[in-house]
Amino acid sequence: MMHSLEIIWILFLKDLRLEWRRRETLASICVFGILVVFLLDFAFQPAGEESLRLLPGVLWIAFAFAGILGFNHSFVAERENACLEGLRLAPIDAGLIYLAKLLANFLFLAVAEAVIVFAASLWYNFSFLPAFKWFVVIVAFGTLGYVAVGVMFGAVASNTRMREVMLPVLQFPVIVPIFIGAIEATTSALKGDAPGQFASWVRLLIAFSVIFIVLSFLLFEYVLEE
Amino acid sequence: MTAHAILTLAWLLVALYMIFIYAPSDVNQGNVYRIMYVHVSSGWTAMIAYFLVFVGSVWYVWKRSPFADDVACASAEVGFIFCSCLLITGPLWAKPIWGIWWTWDARLTLTFVLWLLFVAYLLVRSFFINPGRAALLSAVVGIIGFVDVPIDYMAIRWWRTQHPQPVIMGGPNSGLPPSMEATLFVSAGAFLCLFFYLLRQGLRLAEARREIGQLRRLLSE
Repeated sequence: MMHSLEIIWILFLKDLRLEWRRRETLASICVFGILVVFLLDFAFQPAGEESLRLLPGVLWIAFAFAGILGFNHSFVAERENACLEGLRLAPIDAGLIYLAKLLANFLFLAVAEAVIVFAASLWYNFSFLPAFKWFVVIVAFGTLGYVAVGVMFGAVASNTRMREVMLPVLQFPVIVPIFIGAIEATTSALKGDAPGQFASWVRLLIAFSVIFIVLSFLLFEYVLEE
Repeated sequence: MTAHAILTLAWLLVALYMIFIYAPSDVNQGNVYRIMYVHVSSGWTAMIAYFLVFVGSVWYVWKRSPFADDVACASAEVGFIFCSCLLITGPLWAKPIWGIWWTWDARLTLTFVLWLLFVAYLLVRSFFINPGRAALLSAVVGIIGFVDVPIDYMAIRWWRTQHPQPVIMGGPNSGLPPSMEATLFVSAGAFLCLFFYLLRQGLRLAEARREIGQLRRLLSE
């Protein structure tokens, strides 16, 4: 019996290799994320002070939309050539498959977020550097919670017709706490507040992530069950 | 079943009498406040329905009894109606009293999220490609949705206490006179009775559907 971490690592590398060969997910979610920022820039036409007020919302909307695309693709790809059946037949805990998917999707979304933030920084004439450390911490935990729910629901939605619609319908009501917490914390951090001001929001993001990772880890075998 | 139907009808009539004739007018709100009896009763019933979805889902994952899945599904369907009723009567009451139809205050936001969770559960149920897996997958959705509600509650509470709120009159919870309290409990009881009546109808429907499916399979063999 292999060590659990080893199994997760192998499954994670499998997703990376697949992505390296096709370069589908990363390319599409980066482009889509940038397009969202681009359109919102037209919608709000922020100038000066306004950009700080709008930017956190714009960023998280772009992250959320880009993420949804990735989660959908993550399990649709497994349906081809009955890859999911292969995974299910492997003598491993279904929860480990979930954790590997979580890691891979987190990495893809993190790369897309870096691209989105760079684009937003140019177009909104805004420098993230003064509060960069806290910004990264907030985005990391917000993304973790978002991906934790997204991977789980991506797997559920891959069993439905119209899954492109079903995933956001399932996902968005559940991630309301992530959305509120992440936007509030991002706004506060970018304004230059002391970390104490937004620490409770970061704690909420961490608590949400932990709860949903544990819950999904336990429930994932039922999602894969035939 | 018929006895339950008659009881529900009688109870609802008594509740109607109490709401419109027995209960006195409110000093501040006049007759408008009477919508509270429908509003609060729908709210309590919707909460109970949501809790039953969770109970049914956990029970199904644990025991795999089709009955548990029927309970979760039927109570989501009926709960959705009561939750919609809550969201419709709310603004109707808010407009004359607060002067606005809607505000993103903590409780309203949470109710709307609850309604979205009902919608998500029912939608996903009707879109599964393989109906054989629908029960298990929707049980997973039901459990995740339920766990989410207290976290939503916390997040929305913190969020709203940090923002200025519109001035709202003290709610009806600041102490009711006995006649109003009695009316509220009678109408809540009537709604609950109606809820269980509809739930039983839903269960019967699910059972009939299963039976027909089995008969069809027998015929085609």
